[in-house]
Amino acid sequence: MSAKPDTRLTLFLLLAPAVLWLGLLIVLPHVEILILSFSERVAPRVYVFGFGNYLEFFTEPLYWRTFARTAIMSILVTVLTLVLAFPIALYIARVAQGRLRAMLLLLCLLPFWVSELVRTLGWMMLLRETGVISYVLQATGLTGQRIEFLYNDGAVILGLVYGGLLFMIVPLANALESLEPAVVEAGFDLGGSRWTVLRRIVVPHAMPGIVAGSIIVFMLTVGNFATPVLLGGKNGLWFTEQIYAQFITRFNWPQGAAFGMLLLLLSSAIVWAGLRLTGQSLGTTLKQA
Amino acid sequence: MAQSTDLDLVSVVKRFGAHAAVNDVSFSVAPGEFFSILGPSGCGKTTLMRMIAGFENPTSGDIRIRDKSMIGVPANKRPVNMVFQSLALFPMMSVGENVAYGLTCRGVSRAEAEERANRMLERVGLKGFGERHVTALSGGQRQRVAIARCLVLEPTLVLLDEPLGALDLKLREHMKIELKQLQATFNTTFAYITHDQSEALVMSDRIAVMNQGGFEQVGSPRELYHHPATPFVASFVGETNRWQGDVAAASNGAISVRLPSGAVIQGRDHGQSQVVGKTALAFVRPEAIALAQETSALSGLPNRFEGRVSAVLFDGANSSLLIDTVGFDEPVRAVLPQAGQLAGIQVGEAIHMGWSADAVKVFSA
Ligand SMILES: Nc1ncnc2c1ncn2[C@@H]1O[C@H](COP(=O)(O)OP(=O)(O)OP(=O)(O)O)[C@@H](O)[C@H]1O
Ligand SMILES: [Mg+2]
Repeated sequence: MSAKPDTRLTLFLLLAPAVLWLGLLIVLPHVEILILSFSERVAPRVYVFGFGNYLEFFTEPLYWRTFARTAIMSILVTVLTLVLAFPIALYIARVAQGRLRAMLLLLCLLPFWVSELVRTLGWMMLLRETGVISYVLQATGLTGQRIEFLYNDGAVILGLVYGGLLFMIVPLANALESLEPAVVEAGFDLGGSRWTVLRRIVVPHAMPGIVAGSIIVFMLTVGNFATPVLLGGKNGLWFTEQIYAQFITRFNWPQGAAFGMLLLLLSSAIVWAGLRLTGQSLGTTLKQA
Repeated sequence: MAQSTDLDLVSVVKRFGAHAAVNDVSFSVAPGEFFSILGPSGCGKTTLMRMIAGFENPTSGDIRIRDKSMIGVPANKRPVNMVFQSLALFPMMSVGENVAYGLTCRGVSRAEAEERANRMLERVGLKGFGERHVTALSGGQRQRVAIARCLVLEPTLVLLDEPLGALDLKLREHMKIELKQLQATFNTTFAYITHDQSEALVMSDRIAVMNQGGFEQVGSPRELYHHPATPFVASFVGETNRWQGDVAAASNGAISVRLPSGAVIQGRDHGQSQVVGKTALAFVRPEAIALAQETSALSGLPNRFEGRVSAVLFDGANSSLLIDTVGFDEPVRAVLPQAGQLAGIQVGEAIHMGWSADAVKVFSA
């Protein structure tokens, strides 16, 4: 049980950078934010302890509606991403061979060589009223006037799904790759239809990958800022915008901190629920990601 | 009524690019038969099986099961089930679910499928294992689950692709007998592939010997062993001595082969007409070689040689000797009886050996 002192020292030294990194960049700011979120401003530059910031969230419908909307849209985006990514991952893992597989993965990775902002602006070029799609539709005579595709929920979802796709495909393809081809064949051989084999063999096998991908995409979506703001415009109504507004526009840091804590709580709760629902443990899931 | 068959292959060919993995194979399997396909690694056995199961399409030819052509019928609609080389049990399901899987695919209710699966597990000696996870089984138990999973569907034909390959020797010997017994009690037709000739000889009613995509000979284990039709069968099935030489004389079914050293072996022609002077291969089984300490004891035999023991390969009843013999490049292999005065023979001792002309199979090379 008891390690020799010098090995323990080595272990400590090896772990020190990671511990420092975790402590300084993640734990410390969050403790700060937590403390901040419980301070109410009673007079200029005078703060007292209290739950006012959280109460404000529940009493102002705009806040909690935006919050709920963010949660529901994020779940929707995650599900859509999963449905889209599954056949792609299946193809990459089971059908594509050698160079083609590398090419396909590279193709998925390509959009991430430009920043998220530029990618989103790209979508704006395509979708805006004077954009490419509108122009083509008009030129081919399918529509009489220009059409605005931007600034609605569809555009926001499109952008978010696009941004999440890679992070779903990689863990899914990983999970599917380890499925023995003979197991799938046995599924057919014993009389299973495509649907049965998918439902009873492929999906259960890929479950750790599905959960890992979903958690990553969900987290990225909930915490996204640029995509809902740029593609959704005034109708974006993403909760991160509220946090941004409190911190930057209103300069109400305690309120922003409370929102930040609530968002953290929301993601944790939904991830936990997802894990419970699928019967996966965080351990096996992290192995897959 | 014409004799019915469970499986017929008619001139089946499978090409991968220019390479013919299976080249013009035809055979029939009768109901209840244990039919084996025996061949060296890479000769196309698995490819042949996969075509019968429906995972590959033949380039040409026909596959018929109970007189219905299977061309174009997908794997999940064929009355054949396969035990895979790797077993391919479903790791995401329990033992009971593995066995019930095929039944539920057919629309059998969950409760009934479970009950039938349990009954099947009982018959293969796995009573009470239904709830177990498949990873918590021994090699032999996993084997039985893989077979139970097929048999529960009462298929016309069960295909087994080297199912004993992954087991250790002891268990393999045991499973050989168990498989044969299972096949007999269920009276299901088995098509079994293996590269292990002893597996094929022990279990099969009939064996097809396969080489480089084609069938060399189809017959009962005894036929193959005692009357091989080709040099490949003679050397692949069972232990044998193999010598190459020229035909020295051939008349009235008697044939003599002269080895490069000048030694002459008397044999019998087996239906193939041999031309004097042509290259020929002669085969003699180790157990056909009589051993003696005095040459007088072998006086009735046309082939008599003298040699010195170079190795004693002790293996109980399968013990044999390697004998360095004048006139032969390689040592002659002969079975050493474990009774009698020769049982204690040592390396370096002189020995006489002889065999009849009937024991020598001669093929033109
Ligand atoms: N999908 C394929 N594409 C190309 N060639 C193949 C394919 N499958 C098999 N082959 C080739 O066909 C030949 C026969 O293969 P097969 O798997 O049938 O051998 P086997 O007799 O089952 O061997 P083993 O005893 O090692 O399992 C081999 O030369 C193999 O390389
Ligand atoms: Mg094989």
